[in-house]
Amino acid sequence: MAEIILEVQNLRKFFGGLRAIDQLNFVVARGKIKSIIGPNGAGKTTLFNLLTGIIPPTAGTVQFAGKILNGLKPHAIARLGIGRTFQNLELFGNMTVLENVMVGRHLRTKAGIFSAALRLPQMRQEEKAAKRQALAELHFIGLADKANFLATALPLGEQRLLEIARALATAPQLLLLDEPAAGLNMRETAKLAETIFRIRERGITVLLVEHDMSLVMEVSDEILVLNYGRKVAEGPPREIQRHPEVIAAYLGEEA
Amino acid sequence: MAKKDFYPLLIIIAGLVLFPLLIRGNEYFITILVFWGINAIIAMGLCLLMGYAGQISLGHAAFFGLGAYSSGILTAKYALSPIWGIIWGITLAGGIAYLVGKPTLRLKGHYMAVATLGIGEIFYIIFNELIPLTGGPSGLSGIPLLTIGGESLEGLKFFYLVWIVLLLLLIFSLNLINSRIGRAWRAIHGSELGALTLGIDVARYKLQIFVLSAIYAALAGSLYAHFVTFISPSSFSLMFSILLLMMVVIGGAETLWGALLGAGVLTLLPEYLRGLEDFEVLAYGAILMVVLLFMPRGILFAIKKMLWRSKE
Repeated sequence: MAEIILEVQNLRKFFGGLRAIDQLNFVVARGKIKSIIGPNGAGKTTLFNLLTGIIPPTAGTVQFAGKILNGLKPHAIARLGIGRTFQNLELFGNMTVLENVMVGRHLRTKAGIFSAALRLPQMRQEEKAAKRQALAELHFIGLADKANFLATALPLGEQRLLEIARALATAPQLLLLDEPAAGLNMRETAKLAETIFRIRERGITVLLVEHDMSLVMEVSDEILVLNYGRKVAEGPPREIQRHPEVIAAYLGEEA
Repeated sequence: MAKKDFYPLLIIIAGLVLFPLLIRGNEYFITILVFWGINAIIAMGLCLLMGYAGQISLGHAAFFGLGAYSSGILTAKYALSPIWGIIWGITLAGGIAYLVGKPTLRLKGHYMAVATLGIGEIFYIIFNELIPLTGGPSGLSGIPLLTIGGESLEGLKFFYLVWIVLLLLLIFSLNLINSRIGRAWRAIHGSELGALTLGIDVARYKLQIFVLSAIYAALAGSLYAHFVTFISPSSFSLMFSILLLMMVVIGGAETLWGALLGAGVLTLLPEYLRGLEDFEVLAYGAILMVVLLFMPRGILFAIKKMLWRSKE
């Protein structure tokens, strides 16, 4: 049995009477690609917001690499090694592509206000390294030639890639991808699948929320199916495709 | 500091060197340029807060006033050395910015504007009512001039002091902008959610820039008190907070250079309009409206755009 990197226990999130996440239990094994699927409103993005500390859970615990995340601020969770992208992009539109990724190096650099203001040698070294690492991430994702573009000048597909590069720059152990294929064409989606594999090759565990079923079936080691905040099924892609409840709830009768 | 900032810096330094030759001891002009420098120091801090970190303040006149009254009271009433006035002013303004910033910086947009407006009003009332210390509405006089090495700083000498302080703060600020800290501020401006998930302690960085901008304002206030030697609450009213905000917006909040230019324009403009007498305020308002309508990103950006066009 592989090492568990993320363990969710009895997790609940109620918004008033709405049970967005209800009694959810699952684990993610280190180095795997796990997908979360489910119809709109199933609680997928809510789950990501819970995992990254954007919203507190009503009950239950999230344990990451042996640490309980409950009560931690989002920036502290990012520091522990969880990176994420957003379904509705949260890029820094006022900054260049390179600068966006350099912000990702923020939590792995240290310069304080005085060493930055006085440009002390240590800070300059760190700055150079941050730039080099950010460029390396842009090469990895395939946007190096657009490093000096404004982030908002990129087409949607490349903006999604930029968010991934930015999250990778934080050197995460676990990367949460929230519908990275939304709005991409077929060629871009195929390239995205290959990118997700390359991310796993770097030893980074991937948790993927996605509507594009062919992408999910292609890349996932394991799939978790949510509906109304509850787990409907969990298992490898082959099993999920044949699961009667999943077919009824999500894939549609004709499947 | 980035390479593109190098030439504007050279121009300022050249201007400072050539300045005495150009004005030939015209005291009036020196005074105006001292005010430009003082206003520019505050505008620079406010530009970091607004243009870079995306937070608004309608209360910076209070921090300016805290610096001015700290220097004024400690030197005029207690005969302490001016340096203590400056240190105390910076500490007090920074401390108060920290205390009020902690709860208010959670607010966004209009709410933050209203909260800081309240802070400005509170201190305006304190300056007016704390008569034993501030002298109340009739003001505080007898503030000594600054002296360095036994020489009191007046006119041209004070001008140099203000502009050298400005220059140092400018370099300091440009360095900050081009560092992980400046990028964190701009990231918060771009998307707080994005910044948070990249590990930026948003609350901490907002507070940091708020305190820093208050310190800039307080330092400017101390310089102001030692220059005019008489201060009264009317200089630290809401009107001045709004004027500071206008400097940043009119010049162009996107860069520090815009804020410097805006401080210059709004310091010089009233002087040039003085000849219009009763119509001064009218003309002033009209000019500001035209600038905001036709140059929404500020004068500096409009000039840059014109230069690009003429190149093509």
